[in-house]
Amino acid sequence: MYKILKKEVLSPTLKLFEIDAPKVAKKCQAGQFIILRIDEKGERIPLTIADFNREKGTITLIFAEVGKTTKQLGQMEAGDALLDFVGPLGRPSEIEKYGRVVCIGAGVGIAPVFPITRALKEAGNEVIGIAGARNKELLFWTDEFKAQCDEFHICTDDGSAGEKGFVSDVLKKIIEEKGKVDYVISIGPIPAMKVCAELTKPYGIKTFVSLNSIMVDGTGMCGACRVTVGDETKFACVDGPEFDGHLVDFNEQMRRAQIFKDEEQRALAAGSCGGGGCGCH
Amino acid sequence: MSLNNSPKKNEMPCQDPKVRAKNFDEVALGYTEEQAIDEANRCLGCKKEPCREGCPVQVPIPQFIAKIKESDFAGAIATIKDKNALPAVCGRVCPQEAQCEKYCVRGKKGEPVGIGRLERFVADWERAQGVKPVECAPPTGKKVAVVGSGPAGLTVAADCAQAGHEVTIFEALHVPGGVLMYGIPEFRLPKAIVQAEIENLKKIGVKVEVDSVIGAIDTVDELLENEGFDAVFIGTGAGLPYFLGIPGENLNGVYSANEFLTRTNLMKAYLFPEYDTPIKVGKKVAVLGGGNVAMDCARTALRLGAEEVHIVYRRSMEELPARIEEVHHAEEEGVIFDILTNPTEIIGNDDNWVTGMTCLKYELGEPDESGRRKPVAIEGSDFHMPIDTVVVAIGQGPNPLVPRTTKGLETNRKGNIVASEETGATSKPRVYAGGDVVTGAATVIKAMGAGRVAATNICELLKK
Repeated sequence: MYKILKKEVLSPTLKLFEIDAPKVAKKCQAGQFIILRIDEKGERIPLTIADFNREKGTITLIFAEVGKTTKQLGQMEAGDALLDFVGPLGRPSEIEKYGRVVCIGAGVGIAPVFPITRALKEAGNEVIGIAGARNKELLFWTDEFKAQCDEFHICTDDGSAGEKGFVSDVLKKIIEEKGKVDYVISIGPIPAMKVCAELTKPYGIKTFVSLNSIMVDGTGMCGACRVTVGDETKFACVDGPEFDGHLVDFNEQMRRAQIFKDEEQRALAAGSCGGGGCGCH
Repeated sequence: MSLNNSPKKNEMPCQDPKVRAKNFDEVALGYTEEQAIDEANRCLGCKKEPCREGCPVQVPIPQFIAKIKESDFAGAIATIKDKNALPAVCGRVCPQEAQCEKYCVRGKKGEPVGIGRLERFVADWERAQGVKPVECAPPTGKKVAVVGSGPAGLTVAADCAQAGHEVTIFEALHVPGGVLMYGIPEFRLPKAIVQAEIENLKKIGVKVEVDSVIGAIDTVDELLENEGFDAVFIGTGAGLPYFLGIPGENLNGVYSANEFLTRTNLMKAYLFPEYDTPIKVGKKVAVLGGGNVAMDCARTALRLGAEEVHIVYRRSMEELPARIEEVHHAEEEGVIFDILTNPTEIIGNDDNWVTGMTCLKYELGEPDESGRRKPVAIEGSDFHMPIDTVVVAIGQGPNPLVPRTTKGLETNRKGNIVASEETGATSKPRVYAGGDVVTGAATVIKAMGAGRVAATNICELLKK
């Protein structure tokens, strides 16, 4: 069992857990993910690592409550334990000295981009950070994120915090102002990553995105996380989760994310009013 | 007792095909004591033991059958277990027709003795009595790490623990058993049987660490250098699914066999939404491939509610690599065999969902390298097959995680670990390997045979 040592409610639907998982914490690097399972009847879900502490042996996760499992997870408290916790999975981010880099976290994507930003800063890059969300309530970790950056921008769709607009609007301004950007990492909802990648393509700026595809085992066994990159099929779990944003078929990814949409609705309905495992009864 | 001269095996009692095609309970129900003894009496007890030659782990077959004739079931199981640690599994999933039963003298004029069925009978008899833990040698103080808990790993763990070594199994998934848990369906191999075997290993001191992806947490080198293991066995299987490489394979509704079976068996998607993992099966399912895995997928699709399930295979019925019994069961349950057929493209709608396949018809030409007649496409034979779910069951390769993270471990061009057939030794000292990760996808019993060889050599090494 893997104990939840700390829980923070970042917004009503956004939660932070610090999990006791020393073996994972010992080895994990920025950009990698874990797979967890709450209980015996639970599904295996992948979450990208938001932070880690090797001395304490902990992994920090931040998740949005979107489906049955994340909602159930959100009702767990410090002191509770997860049945399974596997990782670190996937390839780590390619951390190099690129020069001037822009790190973009959109929505819950702020969490996974944080350790990558820190690593890029430590590697000697000039780091520009962008944190974006639909509204002020959904922003988090802006101080922590900002502390890793030489320049930092906040934006919200409704203008309730920072500039009004999307992360791609801010990115566009930065590219136009600075003239030269050497590397972009963009993590967030697929449409946001798609727009950022399309924006940097004409400038020839190397742009990476991190995919949170549907997975079962997370070790290359099931192939559920297939993604077309260029003219090749890759597995997000073992070949990713980061890929060249200029080569990813985002439209396919968006449609593949819908595979179990009906089942998700059924699970939510069964879980919230059927007296199921969600804990609301 | 006298020789039973019947040219036919005692029939295996089975669930009715119409009923079982809608449930996940085991299909074959097993012999009664009377049937087992009657079947045992068909055995001639040949001195030359040709059946034993056909067994990858050389189970003393005439000897265990002789004990069944005397109703000494405890003696029979003890005789098997001397050579085979997982008889309840092998009795169910071994391709007996290509191994022991192929060489049975009774098979020359009629059906061979039902060796697999008898093996299963005594293993089930023992489990019902409560299995006594095997005797182990006194502790040697040596530590053996087993990476992967499929048939090869479980065999190594059993043998090394019996020799007095301290054994730890590392399993990437949340349940040990490997392909026996995620791959082979409940209706063919009940999961309780696999877990009972693993409990027996725990009783003799084997530690099982689940959720442990070697290569991601400790590497093989770290197990040897930092964690104090004296030897490591790698039995990580053939877990990487192959696809055909035709257009449309990333459409929604196309599964690898691994995904389809793992969702159903390991994650129990057939009990969704009681269990959280979903699976989506349409009305008309095409399973591509002709092996045991393809049969498992087709029969699983029926049980998940598909109205029509097709096996699409480019050779003919004679070349199907699946066990005869599986093909037979699939046919009984209503699986349709579209042989000499192969898809060239999977077609989808605007929402990315599969709607059909373009297929070509084939005819058999001259024998190819495998000795089987080569399927040749018939020009202009392309046709449209309306379908809404596709399961690709054309084979699996070795998972690259362990080789990629282990220094000095030689692999071949397919990515399989190179290991000696005689000893299981790899290019790296104190590291052994066996099973599908070495041979490519094969059978449970062959993996167990390789595990037995490696364990013997690990024990020899640790004596020094």
